[in-house]
Amino acid sequence: MVEISLQLKVNMQKYEISVSPTMTLLEILRGEIGLTGTKKGCGTGDCGACTVLLNGKAVNACLILAADTMGTEITTIEGLAVNGKLHPIQQSFVDHGAIQCGFCSPGMIMSAADLLSRNPNPTAEEAKNAISGNLCRCTGYIKIIEAITAVNKYE
Amino acid sequence: MSNLYTNIGRRVPKLDAPDKATGRARYLQDLKLPGMLHGKILWSEYPHARIVNIDTSEALKIPGVVAVITAKDLPERNSGFMKDNPPLKRDKVRSLRDEVAAVAAVSEEIAEAALECIRVDYLELPGIFDPEDSLRDGAPLVHEENKNNRVKMKYRFENGDVEEGRKRSVHIVKGRFKLHFVTHTCLGTCCCIADFDAKGKLIMYSPSQVPFLHQKDMADVMEMSGSDIRIIQPTIGGAFGSKLDLYPYEIICAHLAKAVGRPVRLSFSRTEEFCCTPTRQPAIIESEAGVDAEGKLTFREAHIILDAGAYVSWGPTIPYVMMNSFSSLYRVTNVSFATSIAYTNNIYAGAFRGYGNPQGTFVVETQMDELAKLANMDPLNFRILNSNRPGETTPQGMKVTTCGLEECLKRAAKGINWKENRNAAKGIIRRGVGLASFFHVGGGARVYRSDGCGAIVKIDDFGQVTLITGSSEIGQGSETVLAQITAEELGVRVEDVKVINSDTDIKPWDVGVHASRTTFIAGNAARLAAAKAKRKILEMAAPELGVQWDELDINDRFIFCKAKPEKRILFHKILRKKHFAYDGNIIVTEHFYDPPTKRQDRDFKGNVSATYAFGTQAAEVEVDTETGIVRVLKMVVADDVGRALNPMLLEGQLEGGIAQGIGYGIYENLLLNKGRVMNPTFLDYKIPTVRDMPEIKVEMVETHDREGPFGAKGIAESGSIPTAAAIANAVYDAVGVRIRELPLTPEKVLCALCEKND
Repeated sequence: MVEISLQLKVNMQKYEISVSPTMTLLEILRGEIGLTGTKKGCGTGDCGACTVLLNGKAVNACLILAADTMGTEITTIEGLAVNGKLHPIQQSFVDHGAIQCGFCSPGMIMSAADLLSRNPNPTAEEAKNAISGNLCRCTGYIKIIEAITAVNKYE
Repeated sequence: MSNLYTNIGRRVPKLDAPDKATGRARYLQDLKLPGMLHGKILWSEYPHARIVNIDTSEALKIPGVVAVITAKDLPERNSGFMKDNPPLKRDKVRSLRDEVAAVAAVSEEIAEAALECIRVDYLELPGIFDPEDSLRDGAPLVHEENKNNRVKMKYRFENGDVEEGRKRSVHIVKGRFKLHFVTHTCLGTCCCIADFDAKGKLIMYSPSQVPFLHQKDMADVMEMSGSDIRIIQPTIGGAFGSKLDLYPYEIICAHLAKAVGRPVRLSFSRTEEFCCTPTRQPAIIESEAGVDAEGKLTFREAHIILDAGAYVSWGPTIPYVMMNSFSSLYRVTNVSFATSIAYTNNIYAGAFRGYGNPQGTFVVETQMDELAKLANMDPLNFRILNSNRPGETTPQGMKVTTCGLEECLKRAAKGINWKENRNAAKGIIRRGVGLASFFHVGGGARVYRSDGCGAIVKIDDFGQVTLITGSSEIGQGSETVLAQITAEELGVRVEDVKVINSDTDIKPWDVGVHASRTTFIAGNAARLAAAKAKRKILEMAAPELGVQWDELDINDRFIFCKAKPEKRILFHKILRKKHFAYDGNIIVTEHFYDPPTKRQDRDFKGNVSATYAFGTQAAEVEVDTETGIVRVLKMVVADDVGRALNPMLLEGQLEGGIAQGIGYGIYENLLLNKGRVMNPTFLDYKIPTVRDMPEIKVEMVETHDREGPFGAKGIAESGSIPTAAAIANAVYDAVGVRIRELPLTPEKVLCALCEKND
């Protein structure tokens, strides 16, 4: 199979990698680049565990072909904390007990980060909309919504 | 009441949360060992067939394929509760999740391609998919070496005189209930890595909830010694009971690693997770119960029919717990409980949060409402009249010490505005409220000879406390609660405590994460190991401060004289001084806690748990009488938790449990057609999303259990137990239809409404 030379930015870092046309963004993030914080829960876009930001917008990385991300900027869960300081949404998830097994957490947090970048003071309804494509089996979502709506209390 | 403690009762965030929030936590799926290969399993094409021939030659020709194994390459050693499950099937497949062959290759893609080149010749056999049909004469035999399909396990419990109770009854209810297949859908799919070292010792990177039982089972099936097997437990993406057994995929992974001499990872796709992992045990339950003229229960009689599936994993052992719902949830002397367990060609059942109790409680609590109606009593008062109280011994010999059930009932009812909302439904979209309670072990469960857990406490020169516990973290937050307990006992801060809990070469023995036992059992072990450490520290400090050790205490890292608190010293200063003194010493202490309980005898009597947990859930629902759609608007949960050691994590357990209970009650249904899972995707198997969740109000009833660590009871499973029953009772209050088969789908509700109106 012909390989494609792909240039993109992940967490502000430039990459040039050779990918096959069938590879997904999720596969190159986890496999080629080694950013395993983004999780694979289904591979069919149903669970949201692989949510990342593509040019600032939340997407399921398992549904995006890597070749289609040429020239884009990707932010993964590893790119949220700055200088070792947790992003307010990460800190809020920690403080509000919004994490149990944690497998859905990176995707949840990235969906919330997308919302918060557009709307820093979301209501519970807006928070629910933002994570309606993210499945969690542990928490019952209650504390996740609490965490998202409380982010404005963090600086 | 003010909090006497500095670490107990606080909303301490989970210790592992920062790693999980930043993507740093390393799950099994994220681990890569040098030279690691990828394993894949070839599953059966038929639910029941003879294997005539397996040809792997074409698969082996594919570049990148390193090994292909079949049953011929393995010793004849089975796994499972009845040792009836070969890791790779030899002559015959008995379900569509039967393992036929396995490949190790340099990538998952190549391994998958190789599977397609393995040729298996089958001779299809007639299958049997209904447990009642399976027990009839002439049914196709799932295990031909047996004379019939009856699983040789019996759970028969008798107490008092059921016939006498029946005669005394003024009202009797009788019903046949059907509980369905549901699956755990852990967000992280099954995954393990097997690696043999140069001396032939096996290291398993495993998601097991029971690493020490796993070690032994793995040793048996691999024909190795337990001491040659090391289980390492990386972060896992959910368990809920699904990792309670040793499964063929793990054994296959070990055999692949042995065959290739390299580490092998075997990871399930989501489809495999739906089709090839154990389900919650489905059940058909025929149950009868009565009340006397005063509204007191006179008897209960239940017959349980279980579909084991093709092999016996933990599923068919759930009557052990389900029996408690019938004998011990409410006070009743005359009880008869019996089981019939059948092999079929369905996928097999395992353990799932609540272990038979959600199924049993659905039946018992449905019949409580039916009996209350016949007796013309308020369902709340009827339950209070029949509820357990402290000092009670249940017909199974379970000794109720602390019991807040009556208060739980009252607080749950109050939270849902029981009086105002009951019998208030009108219009097209009708609202209703319902109640259901639970009874569950809350102080461990002695199902094995030992119900113990070991703990080691060591303290370094900087004041860092390390708790090495036998228990495992599966996301529930056990390590955080254990750190709080250790910190409280020692008089340090929770951030001073590090917890090591993921390596059988290091940690002391523990039965495992099941029966909601970790906070209670591992908590007591940690507390007692910490108490020994504290005594040693105080003995070291006594001469320094010129007093006797028992005149000292530790608080917020300082050792101080109780009579003169200003006379104090930082505790790690003492430790450092004693460490580097001539004839120096360091602090390492241990404790093995095994609760004061008994295994049940052959009649299923005995006090298996050091305490019991109780609680009530109240549901408010909305039923659309034109579509049959049920929506849960609000859940109130009032649990006798003993003491809330960490209210935030406790709420999380209950809220998450309720979410699973709502799924069980109205959404989730793993559909099997002739043994084939028909809906193996999240689109077709619907677990609750955020949009399906109601408001949840958590009420904690604190009874301060004498045996529990700082008074706590185990509650982790309880959230899932009574939810479906409370919802079904609320549906009845809303629209007056009684549905005895879960889930309460729009179709069933609408059909029941039509029947009622005819």
